[in-house]
Amino acid sequence: MVDGKVIKRAKHKSTIKDPGTPGILEMTEDRFIFTPHNPKSSPSLNVLFRLIKGHRFTKEGTKQALLNLTHEQGGSYIFEFENFSDRNVCKEFVGHQCCELQKLHKQFVLGGVLTEAEFWATRKKLLNGDTSKVTRQRAGFKSALLSDVKPSADGRSNRVTFNLTPEIIHQIFAEKPAVHRAYLKFVPNKMTEKDFWTKYCRAEYLHSTKNAVAAAAEAAEDEELAVFLKHDDVWASEARHKIRRVDPTLDMEADEGDDYIHLPDHGMSRDGSDYATDSQYDEYRRSLSQVLNRHGAVVLEGRSIDVELGDTRSVAEALARSKQVELANGASDGMVNQERLERISQLAEIEDLQASRDLPLAPLFIKDPREYFDSQQANAIKTLGDTLAGTRQIKCSLSTSEAYGSLRERISEVKISGLGDPIVKPVIAFKVFDGLTQNIKSNKYQRGKNPQESVLDGLPKITKEELLLHWTSIEELLKHFWSSYPITTSYLYVKVRRLKDAMSQIYPKLQEIKESVQSDCRHQVSLLVQPMLQALDAAFAHYDADLQKRTAKSGDRPNGFV
Amino acid sequence: MKFQIEDVTVYFPYDHIYPEQYSYMLDLKRALDAKGHCLLEMPTGTGKTIALLSLITSYALCKPSNPVKLLYCTRTVHEMEKTLAELRRLHKYQLDHLGPAARILAIGLSSRKNLCINPSVVTAENRDSVDAACRKLTASWVRALAAENPRVPTCEFFEGFEKAGSDGVLPPGVYTLQVIGMFVDFDGFVVFGYEFGDSVALDLRAFGKEKGWCPYFLARHMVQFANVVVYSYQYLLDPKVAGIISKEMQRESVVVFDEAHNIDNVCIEALSVSVRSQTLEGATRNLNKMSQEVESYFVIGRFKATDAGRLRAEYNRLVEGLAQRGNLPISDTWLSNPALPDDIVKEAVPGNIRRAEHFLSVLRRLVQYLKGRLQTENVEKEGPVAFVASINAQVGIDQKMLRFCYDRLHSLMLTLEITDTDEFLHIQTICDFATLVGTYTRGFSLIIEPFDERMPNIPDPVLQLSCHDASLAIKPVFERFQTVVITSGTLSPIDLYPRLLNFNPVVSRSFTMSLTRDCICPMVLTRGSDQLPVSTKYDMRTDEGVERNYGKLLLEMVSIVPDGVVCFFVSYSYMDGIVNSWNEKGILKEIMQHKLVFIETQDVVETTLALDNYRKACDCGRGAVFFSVARGKVAEGIDFDRHYGRLVIMFGVPFQYTLSRILGARLEYLRETFQIKEGDFLTFDALRQAAQCVGRVIRSKADYGMMIFADKRYSRHDKRSKLPGWILSHLRDAHLNLSTDMAAHIAREFLRKMAQPYDKSGGSGRKTLLSQEDLEKMENGSLGEMF
Repeated sequence: MVDGKVIKRAKHKSTIKDPGTPGILEMTEDRFIFTPHNPKSSPSLNVLFRLIKGHRFTKEGTKQALLNLTHEQGGSYIFEFENFSDRNVCKEFVGHQCCELQKLHKQFVLGGVLTEAEFWATRKKLLNGDTSKVTRQRAGFKSALLSDVKPSADGRSNRVTFNLTPEIIHQIFAEKPAVHRAYLKFVPNKMTEKDFWTKYCRAEYLHSTKNAVAAAAEAAEDEELAVFLKHDDVWASEARHKIRRVDPTLDMEADEGDDYIHLPDHGMSRDGSDYATDSQYDEYRRSLSQVLNRHGAVVLEGRSIDVELGDTRSVAEALARSKQVELANGASDGMVNQERLERISQLAEIEDLQASRDLPLAPLFIKDPREYFDSQQANAIKTLGDTLAGTRQIKCSLSTSEAYGSLRERISEVKISGLGDPIVKPVIAFKVFDGLTQNIKSNKYQRGKNPQESVLDGLPKITKEELLLHWTSIEELLKHFWSSYPITTSYLYVKVRRLKDAMSQIYPKLQEIKESVQSDCRHQVSLLVQPMLQALDAAFAHYDADLQKRTAKSGDRPNGFV
Repeated sequence: MKFQIEDVTVYFPYDHIYPEQYSYMLDLKRALDAKGHCLLEMPTGTGKTIALLSLITSYALCKPSNPVKLLYCTRTVHEMEKTLAELRRLHKYQLDHLGPAARILAIGLSSRKNLCINPSVVTAENRDSVDAACRKLTASWVRALAAENPRVPTCEFFEGFEKAGSDGVLPPGVYTLQVIGMFVDFDGFVVFGYEFGDSVALDLRAFGKEKGWCPYFLARHMVQFANVVVYSYQYLLDPKVAGIISKEMQRESVVVFDEAHNIDNVCIEALSVSVRSQTLEGATRNLNKMSQEVESYFVIGRFKATDAGRLRAEYNRLVEGLAQRGNLPISDTWLSNPALPDDIVKEAVPGNIRRAEHFLSVLRRLVQYLKGRLQTENVEKEGPVAFVASINAQVGIDQKMLRFCYDRLHSLMLTLEITDTDEFLHIQTICDFATLVGTYTRGFSLIIEPFDERMPNIPDPVLQLSCHDASLAIKPVFERFQTVVITSGTLSPIDLYPRLLNFNPVVSRSFTMSLTRDCICPMVLTRGSDQLPVSTKYDMRTDEGVERNYGKLLLEMVSIVPDGVVCFFVSYSYMDGIVNSWNEKGILKEIMQHKLVFIETQDVVETTLALDNYRKACDCGRGAVFFSVARGKVAEGIDFDRHYGRLVIMFGVPFQYTLSRILGARLEYLRETFQIKEGDFLTFDALRQAAQCVGRVIRSKADYGMMIFADKRYSRHDKRSKLPGWILSHLRDAHLNLSTDMAAHIAREFLRKMAQPYDKSGGSGRKTLLSQEDLEKMENGSLGEMF
């Protein structure tokens, strides 16, 4: 996707069953264009994304790589791609077209209110957040055992077939480091990749027959085969390394180091717990438990490399690199130690004999914060306006003695009548609370208890969308507006004027909405629009005040300084 | 909290206490007052360890004129770590309340392998080679040589410790082995160690590194002065180790054996030796090497005259009857005499083994004789008396010479200045064997088996000297120390232990568990999903149907139970068999779709890593199953508490391998000496193992877990009734005869119930959590209401 443009080969279909017209699909910032190879077969398409209201696609791995774009006025455009990765690129592109940011960008940058640089400068943070999230969730290894890659015999001949996929190979490398090492060592200098895997499969086959004697015999003849048949020494040495980082409350190796009863030949033996094996072929015997344990460890560790599977060589090398990094990290594990410390000391405690360290608080969760805070704001303004101002008049400029006198009065009052236990009288508190939440309550009363439904949902769809759009654009403009003060350069001065003009264009639109809605929702809409208008008014007022100051000053400085 | 138990102020580092912990302390305190031994059974998950520690340390604080020392024995090193971690918490609490007066020194003691910090030594492969590598750098003659020749390598840490001399002491504190300790000095000083918030980690090895002192020898030195010593059972029970480490402990000590349900087995194992043909071959090699050395001293003039002189000096010493050469330097000590201290003869070494070459020829004849005995084709069983008589008749070695074998060998090895002791393990085994067989006439038997019963075509002859009487090894402990506490979650039937160990406890009590809610759910599963019985009885265990039913049971459970599930099997071979069969049937694959699978193997490193991964899988929410073996190392010491184990399945009844001849001989001995019936003992032993396995799921009352006993034999009263009371009291009649689908239903219900919030203090009924106030009220007379 370079410069906001995607060009892919695709077939356009009128229905899913239609064989389709081959051609070129080109997607740009605001539209997509489909040009058939054969211009006579069907007309080319040129559709604005604005008119596309949704898209659907087929799952990866199904027969066809389809993308279905739904037109606003019904009907849809179906494209079939050559493969899924092409399709995904287009799908993502379409997805991007629909987001809010895109709309804002279109409106202000293309509309000339803001420059590209200004628009993005306020969004640098978004990018930071994104880079940390870039480590997408990766698919881990499968839970199924490798040994499930069973040899299949066709029953007629002695031929045995193994099936290795890139994914299986990756897993083999992870679970059998000796094979991994051998691969890096042998391929392609000593043998071809095919030979390598043939040998591997031969060894697997020998293991599956569980005939250690035969395995030993074959290994004696072929030293490369022996690598696959013998115990994995790399894993063993890694295990010795890893065991140093194990939780000491699990470390059974330490027990063994302390056990003088079980000196060789001391203590009880042959009591049914152990069973003898002939040690000569031990090396060639593989136990299922070992395989299971290693598999579990690898699955838990997860996939550590980010290389496209397929090229075995690069997978092998990437794995080797990540191992080295791990090793280096292992050397400086001071932090790990501390964490371990902390955990173990917590484990040593009996939890219910003491108060828990951090009370389990459920985080506050508001389904739709917009609904909650917007209505609150409207309420607050309302209460400020009609209740408080009416009941008591407030004197703002006080002298020290006046304040002191008032305090003394209060104290003597308390002394006489005693201190009421609740400082705020319950009746008053209730009243305030009631007043504050009245709007929510009345809404709830009207709408029922369905939390999904908000005031916005009650409005006609077009009104709702328009409101939301205006709200985001006002937010954007205000952000830029306020961040431009104090005006220090002429550039900012121009910018502020541009912003003010853009805002004043929105102002009448809001009024329009207010008037256009039907009377039963008008109250709701005006409540919603009110804070927007107030915010705009504040900005305008500030702009005018600033302008006045400026002109007054410029009078003093006749040389045209702004 | 702080409260009174009679005249003792107990400092307990939590805000609340369980009522059973309180009564446990009460009984323990009475035993301490009476200066007698006691036997206490309290369910797992009721905080035994902290109750013990806090009572005994508080008791010592209350009687500063004659403070008792605590010797706390655990079975494993990781239990040591856990105990020390709890003690550290307690100690911090006591310091906060009492200030410097509460300062104590507590250390954990382990082998060189776990304590050494010399990088060239500790990287050695196993314990014996670490010991030997250490000796090569620290033996007195090596150091003497190094004093003359600076190119002879020594250990800087040991030298540092030696140089420090009497300054080489540990300041008070609680020291762990690894890095899990935390500690705040009472006046807020950070002494050393890792900074950790406002506290500091006190770790023997970190301290050693800081000071440049060897932590192992420092710890061994400090054992005499410490107020609390935490170490393994063997350091008291195995005479080979106890002879070095524990010989200077004062009588005013309290010895605690925690998790002591298997203590009888440890005792008999400490006195048992077996000899295989590999041992004998190795011993022959050792003898050849020693002979060469001895000859070279005399024949070839390549050594200085002092070498020959050393042998002569040794001879003179032996004439004077100094088999034990008084005070050896701390670095020269090696495993001590395998016989118990009272049984070691304190007289001159017999004349005919005083000379090195004579002694070596005696050993040669002994090895030859044993080789001959191993060539038998039949199983032979005899007592030590007959065996010694036969040795005397055939190769002319009498009982007295046999008894001195260990000491004579030890003396010779020192004289020859052998440092690579790990190479000489075989001949040491032979001498241990000779000394034991020459010392004891009863309670032991000798069994020679030409091959393993299960693999009759593979010759693998073994000669075993096995001890049957657990009371032998523990007798010196009971005699030497004023109070010995034996405690565990499973000591049922509690009257059996005094008989097995031959002692008279002043307090013997089994506590029940007061539960806030039914947080354990034991079940007996007798039938599989097809309603056919399941069992690991010998004739049924390899039945396809049983294997499949067991697999289906596990499959059903892993799909219901969150986080960790633990399975115990009756033996390694059975586990291997059934897991392979599940793999072939595809059941394993289905299980793995729900949870990862980890397995205990005979390789400790692999098992440790598997456990670590198992915990990781439980922590991250992936969930895992752990397959383990009853009587195995995991069953013995690893906790599967909280989300690490929401369900334990015990597949089968873990009877001992009944065809074992050693077991047969032991059963015979028990019947004749203690009138304990074979069947009773076997059932007792199997059920204590099963209870031990399933008991690992509970750590506190806030925890919960299910236990499934999957064998039809558990439904029989004679088996079931041997389970400890705290399990039986939760085993409902309706849960005694379940099939897989019923068990799954119960499991679902149970898990749903446990997920609900509850009142921790036990609500209005019986109190299950006491605060300081409650305790004060109880002291004022209303004690009877509570219990």
